[in-house]
Amino acid sequence: MKKLSARRRHPLAALVVLLFALATTGGLYAAFAPAGNAQADSSQSLQIEQGKKLFAVGCSSCHALSGEGTKDGPTLVGVGSASVDFQVGTGRMPAQQPGAQIPAKKVIYTQDEINELAAYVASLGAGPSIPTSDQYAAGDVAKGGELFRTNCAQCHNFAGSGGALSEGKYAPSLDGVSAKHLYEAMLTGPQNMPSFPNSTLSTQNKQDIIAYVQHTTDPAKNPSFGGLTLGALGPVTEGLFGWIFALGALIGIAIWIAARTPKAKKS
Amino acid sequence: MTSQDNMSEEHLPEAHGAHGGELAVHGDAFADPGLPPHEHRRTDIDEHAAARAERQVAMWFLLSMVATIGFIASYVLFKPGPELKNTVYIFPLGHISKLNFSLGMTLGISLFAIGAGAVHWARTLMSDEEHIAERHPIEASPEVREQVFADFRQGAKESGFGRRKLIRNTMIGAMAMVPLSAVVLFRDLGPLPEKKLDSTEWAKGKRLVNMNTNEPMKASDITVGSLTFAKPEGVEESDEDFQEVIAKAAVMLVRMQPADIKDQTSAEWGYEGVLCYSKICTHVGCPISLYEQQTHHVLCPCHQSTFDLSDGGRVIFGPAGHPLPQLQISVNGDGYLEALGDFSKPVGPGFWERS
Repeated sequence: MKKLSARRRHPLAALVVLLFALATTGGLYAAFAPAGNAQADSSQSLQIEQGKKLFAVGCSSCHALSGEGTKDGPTLVGVGSASVDFQVGTGRMPAQQPGAQIPAKKVIYTQDEINELAAYVASLGAGPSIPTSDQYAAGDVAKGGELFRTNCAQCHNFAGSGGALSEGKYAPSLDGVSAKHLYEAMLTGPQNMPSFPNSTLSTQNKQDIIAYVQHTTDPAKNPSFGGLTLGALGPVTEGLFGWIFALGALIGIAIWIAARTPKAKKS
Repeated sequence: MTSQDNMSEEHLPEAHGAHGGELAVHGDAFADPGLPPHEHRRTDIDEHAAARAERQVAMWFLLSMVATIGFIASYVLFKPGPELKNTVYIFPLGHISKLNFSLGMTLGISLFAIGAGAVHWARTLMSDEEHIAERHPIEASPEVREQVFADFRQGAKESGFGRRKLIRNTMIGAMAMVPLSAVVLFRDLGPLPEKKLDSTEWAKGKRLVNMNTNEPMKASDITVGSLTFAKPEGVEESDEDFQEVIAKAAVMLVRMQPADIKDQTSAEWGYEGVLCYSKICTHVGCPISLYEQQTHHVLCPCHQSTFDLSDGGRVIFGPAGHPLPQLQISVNGDGYLEALGDFSKPVGPGFWERS
């Protein structure tokens, strides 16, 4: 004890105390914090109760304690559980930082936790609910292609590879997006994407679009007959490739044609 | 005649030296050194090297022949079609159609090999002796020029062009009239668009039909933040003139909170926040529907013109010269959305007679 008090004015003492305090707090938190889905109950009210706790920790700093929204985040009253399942299920929420666009990233909640959050947000006000698996079953690819070109291709590009919007926003690539998330995105219109409610784009229409997107982005079903797709982004990447590689090759050949022929004797 | 001959003697360095300066340059520093002695290539002096070069050129041409045969063989062997079995993985191209790849490669090689053989032939075996082609002044000699002028004067005098004014004037008149026939022919490229650019298929009482479902819509179908494409009632995709009609009549329907609409007229032209705008960009007429539901901006992918649908379709960025035309809509007795008339302004890009 005497040894300890003798060192209390050591320059590093404050640092040690701070680290100790942090470790203790963290440890206690890990021990007593709501243990995720450990006691997840299927009953609706318990799910909402769990979701409210998760919401208070992960979402309330921007969307306010009861989801009414702040200047950093919009109100979640009436967005429905489908919206939560899409935003949290693709890792877009919780957002890393505010900005023109919140990108998809690593998903940090389990599906059970997402369901709890969704149940809580759905309890704030009626909205589109998470679709069942038969709702987002794949439909007719050809019809889906027509619908995709009418409704989606203007932003997401003819091949579903996305594209630029105004002021730093962009439409993301649709490659690898699950059928459920595609359906939820069309239904709810996340971020700046407009929504396509069932009243104007029926469930059958959505299934056709899902079938088309999954077909066209799958190299096994829709192989690239021209080889290198260059991102299927159109004239920008193709032009860049042409300028660098095709013109580069032509310049190389021109240099070879005009190069000095080797002489028999060094001059 | 070179520039050296034009220079007066005292400006040359030698002249300075002769007048007693320290600078004394011996000989002509600017004299043309002429061509260096010609150096022979190995193929010029070594018969074995020449024979080898000949074989190399022949190899290129033979390669071209083989590639052409390969092209024909690929055409016969490989099947076209979208099946995966018709593709092959080739690094770094990825999966690629066997037919596309083999046809492209063989045709490319057969053409390139002819060119490469010709270049190799020219570089190794064709003569590379330097030849000097002296340049001459373009101007003709004074005697020739004088003769030409004299001939011209005599010709003009003998033709009586200056004296017989009737002939001169009628000839000028005839030549001036000839292009008029072209004017009549070009008139046939018309008819002029008349008033076709000013009007679209929309008219009072025409219901808005959903492009996806082909059904008329109620205002409640259009939710806040949604985007829907519509066509006028009675226009079917199977119609012969569908593309012509829809090129002007295509519209998009959006709905925003009435409080978000900044332009009062625009709000009145909609129905409870449902606004109907032309889908044709006013710059050069690209179809635009890159709608951002939070900002209410519509971006044109062609030249980045941006319109604010919450502010009467105002241009907020880019080269477009007119706001996006809005269609005045309401609901009819059965609750379906209908147009209250045609667009008040012509849709699409500007034109000369645009009001």
